[in-house]
Amino acid sequence: MARSYLVTEKTDAILNIIDGTNIERNLYLTTQLIELGIPVVMAVNMIDLVRKNGDRIDLGKLSREPGCEVVEISALKGEGSDKAARMAVEAAREGRVGELPHVFTGSVEHALAHIEESIQGMVDARFLRWYAVKLFERDERIQQELNLDKATLEHLDTHIRDCEAEMDDDAESIITNQRYAYIGRVVEKAVHKQARTGDLTPSDRIDRIVTNRVLALPIFVVVMAVIYSVAMGQLPISIGTKGTDWANDVLFGEIVPGLFDKLLLNAQGEPVVAHWLYGLIQDGIVAGVGAVLGFVPQILVLCFLLAILEDVGYMARVAFVMDRIFRRFGLSGKSFIPLLVATGCGVPGIMSTRTIESDRDRKMTIMTTGFIPCSAKLPIIGLFAGAVFGENPLVATSAFFIGIGAVVISGVMLKKFKAFAGDPAPFVMELPAYHVPAWGNVFRATGERGLSFIKRAGTIILVSSVVLWFLQGYGFVDGVFAEVEDNNHSLLAAIGNGFAWIFYPLGWMGDMAWKATVATVTGLIAKEEVVNTFGVLYNYAGDTDLMQDSSPIWAAVAADFGAVRAYSFMIFNLLCAPCFAAMGAIKREMNNPRWTLGAIGYMCAFAYVIAMIAYQLGGLISGEAAFGPFTVLALVALGVLVYLVARPNPYKTEKLRLDVRKVVTAK
Amino acid sequence: MAIDLYGGGNAIKTLKEARVGETVTVARVHGEGPVRRRIMDMGLTKGVQVLVRKVAPLGDPMELNIRGYELSIRKADAEMVELV
Repeated sequence: MARSYLVTEKTDAILNIIDGTNIERNLYLTTQLIELGIPVVMAVNMIDLVRKNGDRIDLGKLSREPGCEVVEISALKGEGSDKAARMAVEAAREGRVGELPHVFTGSVEHALAHIEESIQGMVDARFLRWYAVKLFERDERIQQELNLDKATLEHLDTHIRDCEAEMDDDAESIITNQRYAYIGRVVEKAVHKQARTGDLTPSDRIDRIVTNRVLALPIFVVVMAVIYSVAMGQLPISIGTKGTDWANDVLFGEIVPGLFDKLLLNAQGEPVVAHWLYGLIQDGIVAGVGAVLGFVPQILVLCFLLAILEDVGYMARVAFVMDRIFRRFGLSGKSFIPLLVATGCGVPGIMSTRTIESDRDRKMTIMTTGFIPCSAKLPIIGLFAGAVFGENPLVATSAFFIGIGAVVISGVMLKKFKAFAGDPAPFVMELPAYHVPAWGNVFRATGERGLSFIKRAGTIILVSSVVLWFLQGYGFVDGVFAEVEDNNHSLLAAIGNGFAWIFYPLGWMGDMAWKATVATVTGLIAKEEVVNTFGVLYNYAGDTDLMQDSSPIWAAVAADFGAVRAYSFMIFNLLCAPCFAAMGAIKREMNNPRWTLGAIGYMCAFAYVIAMIAYQLGGLISGEAAFGPFTVLALVALGVLVYLVARPNPYKTEKLRLDVRKVVTAK
Repeated sequence: MAIDLYGGGNAIKTLKEARVGETVTVARVHGEGPVRRRIMDMGLTKGVQVLVRKVAPLGDPMELNIRGYELSIRKADAEMVELV
């Protein structure tokens, strides 16, 4: 992707920042960049660490052989960055490219020269070498791009095959091998490594403990427990929760509404603007947007701590340790981090999928991250566990396992679909050396995630708050459209009733049907809205904390919902489309309307099917539901689900095993 | 120095079978497609020396030291790497 960008956009110069502590592997990309025939300035980063290790890099020698300018920088210490940028600008102005480095030798160079000859004039002269290498590797996209006729392709292939026969290897390996061999020669001349004493760097010593066979998992649990206590817990160290409490109770509870009151009310306490406008601002916008912005402190603290873990190199170790488990259901160790973050909030969870480079794994992780019960879903669980199930702790536990189960089942099921088929992405990952966090990176990552959350609150949440406020507060009373006292007459109630039939197979019927429907819809704004909506709809609005202790609405809820029905409602709301903020994150990370809709649609469909199975079959056992057409439908759905999970993978490739066997017999 | 531990040379040794702490040399990378490409891009190429650093607590993946850095690779992928 990046390479085709550089070629098609005719870039003026490239500033290639390489990790000085891992120079061989980094020079691999550099040699490819230089082949593009675009001026390259190589900035050797982390030079402070290189010096600390006692290594020396001879810039003159490193510059001469590949033919590009080299500068030492330390982004962490802010050393040399300006100089590097100046040199890149200078290189772009001069636009001068020296002779390309002699990366390839012998018959490879010979074959490349032949290819270059054949395609001369068909491509920009600057990129001749790059195209020749790609054609040597039989890159199909480039073959198509150049529209080569069959005769030419056949002619080129003769040269490639000759070379392959001579080197006893295939074209791709030949190129990679020679590139690394060339780099080896450059590094030998230019880099003087201090002999390692005892072979253990500080990073190795940390890893001895952190990824230790026995200690790895306990250490991980402790690290996470500390992070969540600080960000979301209820302990003296929980600064995230303190911030959110302050934002909810003081900032959006007193200061902001007070400010608007000062602006909008006259001395008599009467609004100076239209009555409806005052309601819109205070009850719609301030309350709605404030409810979401209240999460910002917790999210910032969580993002900040996770950014530190990422930057010091711990997250790569977590992926390393957890990969074994996650591979089983079609995800990789890297998918674990988003799922983990999502237990706090799905939004940063979905955003952290960006570090997964395999497209297939990333999409699957985005689709399943929303199933994890986030902190905003806990009140829903709390309400039903308390109201209907006598505070049975099994309910909350089961809710958590339903979330995990949904991830696992979806993973196993989805990986067998064509959209996710194909070679499993290799879990080939660099484990970077541990280092002190670069605060610049940490703050940037935190700021980016926090800001995008705030931005969404200012846009989509703002609009939906206004819409909800309107629908909840207005309706037709005796055929006249007006503000309603009792929201049972509101437009929202009418809409809820209109759509309640959709949820009939889930057992949502009778008095609870429209309330459950409306609560589900408001839950899309923020999941804690579900409980707040019940508070409003059961006419116990006010200061009562509905999620804790035996709240006055518990009896009413228990009377309306049977046990099985309550469970079906809970399952649906835990698994269906997440809140708007998370949907916005899905949209941004998928960056494709079809995948966005697919992901949200999948979550809703999955939630619906599971909730239906739970109600129809659970109800049949407990006697709350009678046998009927929907029981049959639920049984069929269950059968399909089991089949989709258990069926053999139609796209599984067995290439690897065949290959090894071929080698064995050939020997 | 290559010692033929396997008698007639019928069996090939892959990186998957290398023991922790062992330093081995890559002979070639099998397989095809992007997986193989990615493995080679990370520096697992013919002739390179690899130190098997450790195996993850649950038995997979494994951590290698190669070309001066740490690389994590699954055993299924390591099986594609033939050793000298």
